[in-house]
Amino acid sequence: MVNCSSNQNVKPVVKGVSYFLAHVPSMIRHGSKPSREIGRDPSLLPSILSHLESFDRAVAYAPNQVFIGNLDPDDLLHIPPPWFKNPVPDSSRWGPFGEIMPEEEFYGMMKICDEFQLLLMEEGFLQEIALRLKKHPLFTVEDLEKLDKGVSLEHIEKQLSEGEAVPIYVQGDQLIGCCKRPHGGGAEEDANLVPHILLENLSTRASGVLALRHLIDRLGGAQEIDYLLGCGEEAVGDRYNRGGGNMAKAIGELCGCTRATGSDVKAFCCAPVHAIVMGASLVASNIFNNVVLVAGGSFAKLGMKFQGHLRNDMPILEDVLAAIAIWVGQDDGKSPVIRLDSIGKHEIGSGSAQQAIIDKLVVQPLDRLGLKITQIDKYATEMHNPELTEPQGSGNVPRINYRTIGSFAVLRNEIKREELDRFVEIHGMLGFSPTQGHIASAVPVLGHSVRKMMANEMENALFLAKGSLFLGRVTQLSDGISFLLERNKGG
Amino acid sequence: MILGAPDADSAGLYAETVVSGDPSWAGPLANVALGLPVFHIMEPEIKAQIDPEVYKEHLELMEIALDVEKIAEGLDKVRKESS
Repeated sequence: MVNCSSNQNVKPVVKGVSYFLAHVPSMIRHGSKPSREIGRDPSLLPSILSHLESFDRAVAYAPNQVFIGNLDPDDLLHIPPPWFKNPVPDSSRWGPFGEIMPEEEFYGMMKICDEFQLLLMEEGFLQEIALRLKKHPLFTVEDLEKLDKGVSLEHIEKQLSEGEAVPIYVQGDQLIGCCKRPHGGGAEEDANLVPHILLENLSTRASGVLALRHLIDRLGGAQEIDYLLGCGEEAVGDRYNRGGGNMAKAIGELCGCTRATGSDVKAFCCAPVHAIVMGASLVASNIFNNVVLVAGGSFAKLGMKFQGHLRNDMPILEDVLAAIAIWVGQDDGKSPVIRLDSIGKHEIGSGSAQQAIIDKLVVQPLDRLGLKITQIDKYATEMHNPELTEPQGSGNVPRINYRTIGSFAVLRNEIKREELDRFVEIHGMLGFSPTQGHIASAVPVLGHSVRKMMANEMENALFLAKGSLFLGRVTQLSDGISFLLERNKGG
Repeated sequence: MILGAPDADSAGLYAETVVSGDPSWAGPLANVALGLPVFHIMEPEIKAQIDPEVYKEHLELMEIALDVEKIAEGLDKVRKESS
């Protein structure tokens, strides 16, 4: 049991949340699953290329509009599925929570993040991108100087034919650059510094930077940030420090956070919620006033379920890198409060059955607070968009989670069994998140909850995240953590 | 083959894969009909073989959450088609 009674006078609050999507359909071929399958059967590539979505269609895709805050999750109830066939009219790339960026501009951000000249980009392409980024409100003169002049297409082709490099495309198959292997200091022989991994690290940093810049743009005060907690799924490091990390500081460096230090939290999909609990604790204990969590997108998960999408002759919708940034600060009398006496944790001795996990993350914390399951306005769980998962046989993940929570309410006689569907309607929502692992895990709901609580439209929401530790082949344990967010009743 | 899939669609997909071959033609079981007997762990035939205490601890809640009837209907269809 967590006892935070001594800290009750310093309430940690969520001051704001930002979300960023980079629409990178031409990168799908480099996602883990597509690249392995194309390696086995190169004839798959034309089929993949013919199932890519345009940027305009990605912007108009309803779940993406929910992600950046132009739509509420419940708006999806009124848009008939399949959502990819029902684009949102007059949709915008800009939203109250952030932005959807086209791949050309995102490559520019990757180049700005490239401090070791790993990316070679074609000169004409870089010139065009510099013009576009000049108009973007979150890019500076210093950023544009980092784009440099670029190289010829011949140089890129030569690098690809001679050296170990990964090609970078736009429009599916138009070559505009590559990521090469670094040289010196033993990097030539380092399995952790291969172009594929470096591309992943750069895309994680670039998407994280843009999420954090959006947050700072809205809330101000990059200098006020004391501590950055990275919670992405990348593993930055070399042969002696595989997964050494500190992506948090690398992201903060490009966001003007000169007073901040930071570190990364690693816990598979539930890292962001672990990080929220840690950040809230640092604030509550007065160690730091402002802690910001940041996570870039998962490059490896691009096109993860593309086979199901091709089988159903639908576009490959796992075409975005999703990033988040969350500002946790001291009580300001208005921002929603993270209840530190509500933390639920899956313990090493808890077992891995779903009901044991939900018991630890939902039932036991609510019992401690004297709340019923039905007294929580909304539950935020794994919010995977079912349109992405169902074609590959992975089911409707949020729906199963909501039904599991509701089943506890049945067992505890809070609702009748025939009221289970109604419970899911009231206390749940449709999945709208890209299948980006850590990003999909509860945190996509945070921005919407903060907005509603600030507008006095919601009292509370319980955030729970689960992790599959077995994937690393070290332990068979499960993982999970939860917290209650509550409307601020102060000042 | 005992499945734990959470809905009828995914249970049916997995069942078809191990009975008549991978319908997605994506994996090593494409066009390979193993013809295995396939059940969901919550179907009565399997549930009856599990210690009630163990079932209660690990599966009772999920039985409420899942539409076991629909899952069983889907698996019945796959089993009948293969017989």
